Amino acid sequence: MTNTKTDLRDQQGKSWVYSDIVKEHFFHPQNILLPGEEVDYQSDGLGYVGSPACGDMMKMWIKVDQKEDRILECKWQTFGCASAIASTSMLSVIATEKGGMKLDDAMKIKAQDILERLGGLPNRKIHCSVLGDKALQSAINDYFKKTEQFDRVKIEGAKIIDDQLKITDKDIEEAVLEGADTLEKVQVKTKVGTGDPSCLPEVEQLIKFYQDKYYG
Amino acid sequence: MKKIYLDHAATTYLISEVKKEMDLFWSEQYGNPSALYSLGMEAAQALAGARGRVAKILNCNSQELIFVGSGTESDNLALQGVAKTMEVGEIIVSAIEHDAICNTANYLKDLGWKLKIAKVDQGGLIDQEYFKSLITDQTKIISIMYANNEIGTIQPISELVKIAKNINQEIVFHTDACQASPYLSLDVSQLGVDLMTLNASKVYGPKGVGLLYVKKGTKIKPIIYGGGQEFALRSGTENIPGIIGFTKALEIAQAKRDEESKRLIILRDKLVNELQDKIERVNLNGHPSKRLPNNINLTFEDIEGEAILLHLNEYGIMASTGSACASHSLDVSHVLKAIGLPYELIHGSIRFTMGLQTTEEDVDQVVKAMVEIVEKLRAMSPVHLDQDQHPKVKH
Repeated sequence: MTNTKTDLRDQQGKSWVYSDIVKEHFFHPQNILLPGEEVDYQSDGLGYVGSPACGDMMKMWIKVDQKEDRILECKWQTFGCASAIASTSMLSVIATEKGGMKLDDAMKIKAQDILERLGGLPNRKIHCSVLGDKALQSAINDYFKKTEQFDRVKIEGAKIIDDQLKITDKDIEEAVLEGADTLEKVQVKTKVGTGDPSCLPEVEQLIKFYQDKYYG
Repeated sequence: MKKIYLDHAATTYLISEVKKEMDLFWSEQYGNPSALYSLGMEAAQALAGARGRVAKILNCNSQELIFVGSGTESDNLALQGVAKTMEVGEIIVSAIEHDAICNTANYLKDLGWKLKIAKVDQGGLIDQEYFKSLITDQTKIISIMYANNEIGTIQPISELVKIAKNINQEIVFHTDACQASPYLSLDVSQLGVDLMTLNASKVYGPKGVGLLYVKKGTKIKPIIYGGGQEFALRSGTENIPGIIGFTKALEIAQAKRDEESKRLIILRDKLVNELQDKIERVNLNGHPSKRLPNNINLTFEDIEGEAILLHLNEYGIMASTGSACASHSLDVSHVLKAIGLPYELIHGSIRFTMGLQTTEEDVDQVVKAMVEIVEKLRAMSPVHLDQDQHPKVKH
């Protein structure tokens, strides 16, 4: 496992677990909406995700070309570590480059797409990049609601796995993203299956699935 | 660009006097102290000399000192070695111990010991009433660190020993003094402890050398078996150059303890005051006065620690954070959690630990850098903890 702290102590300051692209976007982030500009910024959609307690929080504003159904501008603010800042910056570039992304395509951006453009992230930092796409989806959904295109609002469905404790596959996914890599650790975070253990085989499958998806 | 190293609690550099004293023992006096020829006997003599010098600093008998391979090993030997001589019982450790104690205590729990955690107050000091209430006639081992590695809080060890032993005379009391060693008295007769851990690499000595003080009469068994070195408590050929280096380093640090503490307290308070003066909403974590002279732990609201560290690195400044984003486990600092800091404030915590080479100019540089970094990161942060305007959305 990579250790950022050790690399930081490197005498030359050259060895770094982050790719050059990540560093570029961290030190020179694109499309930030500065606090002073916030009040007057006329956005078509606004999205939030995360919370300060989680360690990551993003706010995203979009302007939409209604006729073309494309994203014109994608502005953001992020509280979080270098990966979170760099991945939000990269996402804003992806969404607005080449004349702006079609909304339907933007809805489909996955964490993996951001990761690829960043040239990868250290394994344990991958969870930081999955928030950006959710923030963008939240902003696009907000635009759909404001423009009364309710049929286009996409809420990611969650399936209940543990019927007794009402724990969904999203909860398992979140636990894996927070670093739980065994059933035991996922149970510490979610208590899944502690009341009704009949769901445990499915939980174990999901852990493996999300492990492969994000860390495989 | 000048490198400004402010992570002395993580490890220290070897100072030249120490290196010089070690030099002889690599290729000239390299003998095994167990050997019966001059080269070996010289090594044995050097070892005995070193043990005597350390005993003088700790105000103990030289036969009460066991040289080991690290602070972590010393902590393990203390807890496991004593536990091995007893039937399972209760062990009490504080909520802010180093992992070397936390995880060894958890191991004893797996073996059937009852593990009790002594909680601390907002400043990181042991809650003495609660501590007292934990101690029973089944309590056999207590381990409380002398000074904390993250927030620098200094515990009144001798008072805690008295509290414990007044209730139960049989209790074996251990303290991890790794962080305390350059700045506080290590006189074990005053501290009253039965066991004490030290580590050379926190006191400008070499890495790979630790020490366990074991008060005469304390029942303890080895955790490493072999040729029976170190009074049969730590087998393995003695690391003579390391032990000599540790001894010299400890002597130097303890000799300039008061003078260096005084110097660092001025720099410490200057750094805290100037950061709080020039930047809004900067909070000191830990105790305002009962803290190590070299420790500064601050939370910069609305921004995250790892991002701050990476920016600091661009200025050549090396520090650390309690944020989850910078840890292997993605868990936040258990120490900052124990003093009651909410997660959003833990994520923005930065620890600066100063040392021998830290100067007033370094402090000025850090202040200058932090003003720029905080301004930059706050400008892109949607969090405004003072306004509490953010929606409480969980991802």
